[in-house]
Amino acid sequence: MATDADAARASSAPGWPEIILRSFKRNEVSLVPYVPDRVLTPLIKSLHDDPFFTTFATAREEEAVGILAGAWMAGRRGALLMQTSGFATLPNVLASLVVPCQIPLIMIVSERGTLGEFNLGQSLVCRTMRPVLDALAMEHHTMTRLDELEFIVDRSIKQAVATQAPMALILSPLLTGGKVFA
Amino acid sequence: MTTPIRNTKVMNRHDLTCRMVAKLTHQEAVIGGIGNTNFDLWAAGPRPQNFYMLGSMGLACPIALGVALAQPQRRVFALEGDGSLLMQLGCLTTIATLAPSNLAIIVMDNGVYQITGSQPTPAGRADIVAIAAGCGILSSHWAADEADFERLVDAALDSRGPMLIAAKIDDKPGVGATRRDPAQIRERFMQGLGVRQPL
Repeated sequence: MATDADAARASSAPGWPEIILRSFKRNEVSLVPYVPDRVLTPLIKSLHDDPFFTTFATAREEEAVGILAGAWMAGRRGALLMQTSGFATLPNVLASLVVPCQIPLIMIVSERGTLGEFNLGQSLVCRTMRPVLDALAMEHHTMTRLDELEFIVDRSIKQAVATQAPMALILSPLLTGGKVFA
Repeated sequence: MTTPIRNTKVMNRHDLTCRMVAKLTHQEAVIGGIGNTNFDLWAAGPRPQNFYMLGSMGLACPIALGVALAQPQRRVFALEGDGSLLMQLGCLTTIATLAPSNLAIIVMDNGVYQITGSQPTPAGRADIVAIAAGCGILSSHWAADEADFERLVDAALDSRGPMLIAAKIDDKPGVGATRRDPAQIRERFMQGLGVRQPL
């Protein structure tokens, strides 16, 4: 039976947004453009609240990829936040800029259109994501568990930088809870 | 060709690019957009602070913005064609909002997709300077002629705030052809920006 102490511990344990934020900090990932997503909102808010980060919305995901490529070449690390439909706009710039130029682009993708998200505008788009990542031989991990999150985020950033290769971390609704339907 | 803009001479991209590069004495970074824009940058002479895009049409301004945010002490120029800019007009709003003081955009406007056979762009009735100003880049200007272009580049080197300079150009192809070696281009650029040392 859950005690009051258990409840207190649960409420103070870091959630997924905090774990991602501190993994960014530890790895000097400070430039975080995004195209908003409902599920990512708590992470976006905490990034805005922390002066360590330069975080802002872009009009389109491709634009953020360009910004991060330029910043990397000039010595600053960053990450792009988006949802699956945003990722679907990226194959051209991944294949013509990021991969051939060996840019360690770090992408955090909120996985929408699966596990009960029935919007057909998202669910078919979602199915294009992993085939595109695989076609470009890009490393990607789907994160479903809070206890594995810090290890995967931290190691994946280090791996991307060390190998000069882009990677995508897909946040499953199993981790985030997905969109909550009222 | 586009509808003429009042009091703007039709100039030449390679000539303007050489005029701009000649003014860069402080290792300013230059991002050359896809196609003839970076071919003429290449032809203007090698600089380790030049980055030549080989794909990702439309991303010259965002890449330049990233460089500007990472190295606020360095001036950064984006050289972009009008057709390329049309692919990513939204980036002008981002640049206006972030307002990096060290970023300038130069748009070479010939009104056509010169490299694919000179098909007209859909922007035949548009005014790029008005678009940029409408996006919030208040310091946006048409270059009236070569001397005015040089004056505007001088202003971009001296003044604070993002700036956009547009020039009406002819439909001559690029003079050079960039060597297509993206990994080497990227590495050389990083060395030029002081981020990496040669092996």
